[in-house]
Amino acid sequence: MDFGKVDINDPALFESLGFKCGLEIHQQVATEKKLFCHCPVGLTKRRHDAEILRHMRPTLSELGEYDGTALMEFKTKKEVIYRLYRDRTCTYEMDDTPPFLVNQQAVDYAIQIALLFNCKIVDEIHVIRKQYLDGSIPTGFQRTMIIGVDGWVPYKARKITITQVNLEEEACREISDIGHVITFATDRLSTPLVEIITGSDMRNPIEAEEVCRLLGNSMKITGLVRRGIGTVRQDVNVSITGGKRVEIKGVYKVGNIRALTAYEALRQKGLLELQEKFNRQFPVPASISYKEDNLTAIFSGAGNTIGRRLESDQPLKVVALLLPGLAEYITTPLQPNWNFGSELMGRIRVIACIDSKPNLFFYSRRRQYDIPDRKWQECQTSLGWREKDDIVLICGPSADVATAINEIKIRIAELAQGVIHETRQDMKDGTTDFERILPGPDRMYPDTDHPPVRITEERVTANRGKVGEPLWEKQARWAKMGLHQEQINALSLSPFVGAFEQLAAEIPGKARRAAHLCTALMVALHRQGFVSRRPGNSEILNIFRTTLENDLPYRQVKNLLLAEDSGEKQVSADNGKLTSDAFEKVWRYAEKAFSGRTTENHRNKLRRFVVGQLLGRFPADLREILSRVDSQLSKAK
Amino acid sequence: MNSDALKGYKGRAKEVLQSLGGRVWANVVLKTDAGEFEGVILPRSETADGDHIVLKLKSGYNIGIRADRIQEIKETGYKEAVYKIPEKEFPVSPNKPSVTLLGTGGTIASRLDYRTGAVIPAFTPGELYGAVPELADICNLETLKLFGVFSENMGPEQYKALAVEIGRQIEKGVHGIVIGHGTDTMHHTSAILSFMVQNSPVPIVMVGSQRSSDRPSSDAAFNLRCATFTAGHSDIAEIMVCMFGPTSDEYNLLHRGTRVRKMHSSYRSTFRTIGDIPIAAVTPELVTPIKTDYKRRRQDRQVDIKPVFEEMVSIVYYYPNMRPDIIESLIDNGYKGIVIAGTGLGHVNKPLYPALKRAHEKGIAIYMTVQTLWGYVQMYVYDTGRDMMELGVIPAENMLPEVAYVKLGWVLAQTTDPKKVREMMLSPIAGEITEREPFDGYLILQGGLPEVERFLGQYHR
Ligand SMILES: [Zn+2]
Repeated sequence: MDFGKVDINDPALFESLGFKCGLEIHQQVATEKKLFCHCPVGLTKRRHDAEILRHMRPTLSELGEYDGTALMEFKTKKEVIYRLYRDRTCTYEMDDTPPFLVNQQAVDYAIQIALLFNCKIVDEIHVIRKQYLDGSIPTGFQRTMIIGVDGWVPYKARKITITQVNLEEEACREISDIGHVITFATDRLSTPLVEIITGSDMRNPIEAEEVCRLLGNSMKITGLVRRGIGTVRQDVNVSITGGKRVEIKGVYKVGNIRALTAYEALRQKGLLELQEKFNRQFPVPASISYKEDNLTAIFSGAGNTIGRRLESDQPLKVVALLLPGLAEYITTPLQPNWNFGSELMGRIRVIACIDSKPNLFFYSRRRQYDIPDRKWQECQTSLGWREKDDIVLICGPSADVATAINEIKIRIAELAQGVIHETRQDMKDGTTDFERILPGPDRMYPDTDHPPVRITEERVTANRGKVGEPLWEKQARWAKMGLHQEQINALSLSPFVGAFEQLAAEIPGKARRAAHLCTALMVALHRQGFVSRRPGNSEILNIFRTTLENDLPYRQVKNLLLAEDSGEKQVSADNGKLTSDAFEKVWRYAEKAFSGRTTENHRNKLRRFVVGQLLGRFPADLREILSRVDSQLSKAK
Repeated sequence: MNSDALKGYKGRAKEVLQSLGGRVWANVVLKTDAGEFEGVILPRSETADGDHIVLKLKSGYNIGIRADRIQEIKETGYKEAVYKIPEKEFPVSPNKPSVTLLGTGGTIASRLDYRTGAVIPAFTPGELYGAVPELADICNLETLKLFGVFSENMGPEQYKALAVEIGRQIEKGVHGIVIGHGTDTMHHTSAILSFMVQNSPVPIVMVGSQRSSDRPSSDAAFNLRCATFTAGHSDIAEIMVCMFGPTSDEYNLLHRGTRVRKMHSSYRSTFRTIGDIPIAAVTPELVTPIKTDYKRRRQDRQVDIKPVFEEMVSIVYYYPNMRPDIIESLIDNGYKGIVIAGTGLGHVNKPLYPALKRAHEKGIAIYMTVQTLWGYVQMYVYDTGRDMMELGVIPAENMLPEVAYVKLGWVLAQTTDPKKVREMMLSPIAGEITEREPFDGYLILQGGLPEVERFLGQYHR
């Protein structure tokens, strides 16, 4: 596939592939404390105070045995380091204290969000453990619970299903993952979050992005959720006809969803094409005659990347693996700048813990490396290379190289299955890389540490009373008020939406101006350093009200803010209060400038001009200025 | 319909299941006034209310549905949970030591049934091999389940049976013994075994887990590996507790059975040696001795088993304003021994004196220990101490209260002669009384101090 020519904004292309996408939005809720302990929520920038070391051990599978992959992963196991912070973590996060009873504020917030999305609230909450072996949670499982089921949100002319709204604890932040050591920060761990799960209802990448925005903004506007970088994260499921559900984990930017889902659909298409070819060429994948040779001697002391890697402190080895008849597969592009060889590299990084870049050297990509042709010729000779064969060089500790070779063979054999049921990570450029294989259905079992929580009808009713008007209804109403689509979009995201609603109700006919104040102007003021202004601040509402009522120029808002900031003692540019002298001067000038024009419109302009001029110098004296201007104007009549 | 079909259900929920034909483990579609729900009906916890039915949804989550909402139950399938782990033959190799694992209850290893959430214990060598295959690299394992009781239900009857079985195993010629035990009272059992089983030629290692083995973060497998390695390969022929050293997965400590105590309700590294240093540190590959004064492994099969216990013994944890009626009731109920955990150096208040005097006159053995846990009883320093000794209260040196309790039970089962009791109580048998407390035998590092914080920043604790 030529990725240069693909239009990811073409819905028809994806609908013809049978594109299906579902979303899982993980949004932190705005409680003060964590979900199962009493630590305060929030990230810390401090250095950690202590570290502990743990391992994650696979528990027995359904069959009572470890399956091959799990055991292999365990053998090349990772040391997991958790960083502890005095101000953010206690022994609960260390998995050295059982959970405290679930944070009831978080439960109420989650109920409100579930109701917002038209869900039915469960009668009794059961805390469940969802297993994670990657170390991101010290217990090895995430505590999670269903709050609501069976909801919907309107989108275009249809309903998008909300299958579940869950309340769960956030995992750790990954700090680094190098070789066999993975390090996590525990400050974020156990922050309460709601997980909104949609049906696989989105039919093209644009819909995926739009629905994600709608759901995210609907929650933000409630004020029940945390804002800012890292407080919301998406898992995106994509499949096409003949493919499998692949989960792209941890997407932070909604703007990336369009490209991510598009390229994943195309990757699946590419894999399905490879599958057909592979099944014809290798009806019995087990009979592919791989050949390997230890070439450490050839490379040690060589002045190229591999030679330099061998100079490491620990003993490393270089093995060349012949991939017979597979060169064309390795070079088949599956994503932009990403071919099947890259797919293998992702698997090896995760499973064999070989993470130097690149971790595999392919003969078919030899122009990308500094390995001279004569070295490749030695490889070819030793392995009996023929046209259409590829060679891969693997350099690493002996055990990891063995794991890598085995894993390469497994992944190649999986070509026969087309798309693999796996999770992938967002590479931030629209492409994805392998993260892990999904071990069948999510492993979930009851949390015996926590009793069921009954949700009474009274509690649901009380929470229903707190659920505001849904975003989609607001948007329709704003459109009726005459707001532009751009303003509606901006307002949907604005923390000042409450101020807007109040102003629009109080001062009819000026909704657009009010929207401008609450969106574009606030953004500009925020950029200029008016960061102390918070939504719900009554001062700012007063200033906006004055501005609208008196049709003051927008630029005056800043002066008014400054005046409010330092109260009555505001020292203006003139270092004092409004004097009659100063007023007279401006008034006379304005009278001259606007002389001879007596229409209402011009009188208003005159008024705005005088107020604007004086307010810049005497921001604390708005009332005084207004009363003098109005008295002059009435005299002038 | 058998009783298991409604397992744990009561009240309205039970009625609804019965009348609408619902049963545990059935795949059902529940029709309710809030829509349809599909899933598996799970057993209900006995302590939960009688108003809800627990359903495991297809997504894997459980929810409770109010029974009153349910209008119809349609069964679409049925699959009972199977509480069995497939066995895998434990590989035996002639050059590995033989170790016997004695089970007392609780689970060391287990597997989960994800469909139901049930935890299925693994215990036979075959099951354990399936759960912790590394054990085969350490020893040839045999297992014997003696009883299935929770840690808090371990008592004299179990102590005796354990001691007798240990004797049998030693006679059989095993290279070491591991005892799986719940952690709550592990130190009581390790103490009594230290008296009931004397001069063992092989290591006897008690082990358990603080995080159950159905969790990926469990300490169970590591503990079991360290314990079997100690039993099979170490030269320490004592009764020991083998549990986490730090809370990090790095090494375990081997604590002497009479000096160890569970010191935190939930930490992995909850077991600490009190008033001394641990015998050794251990990983699944290496035992590193810390002390040198331990009893060494021998090749013979001799051991002294003294499986006796007088049950009429009590511990009294003194508190200010304690009334004499506490002591009086022990006297009136025929108790033969009392261990007091006194304040400070070993004190109780004056109003108790007459009761103590009466107890002494009745021939009740009264021993004083300290609730500070660290340090010796010293009753000569203050008049009150001297007064009490006159009343017949005997200072038990630096024996831990629980250790003094089990020892007194064990001694009183052998003699009631106060002189002999006193002599046996105060002659150390297994390190329960030490002549010296080393300077590093009491180290509770105080968090917040700069030097301690530096230490914590540097080492995995
Ligand atoms: Zn905490």
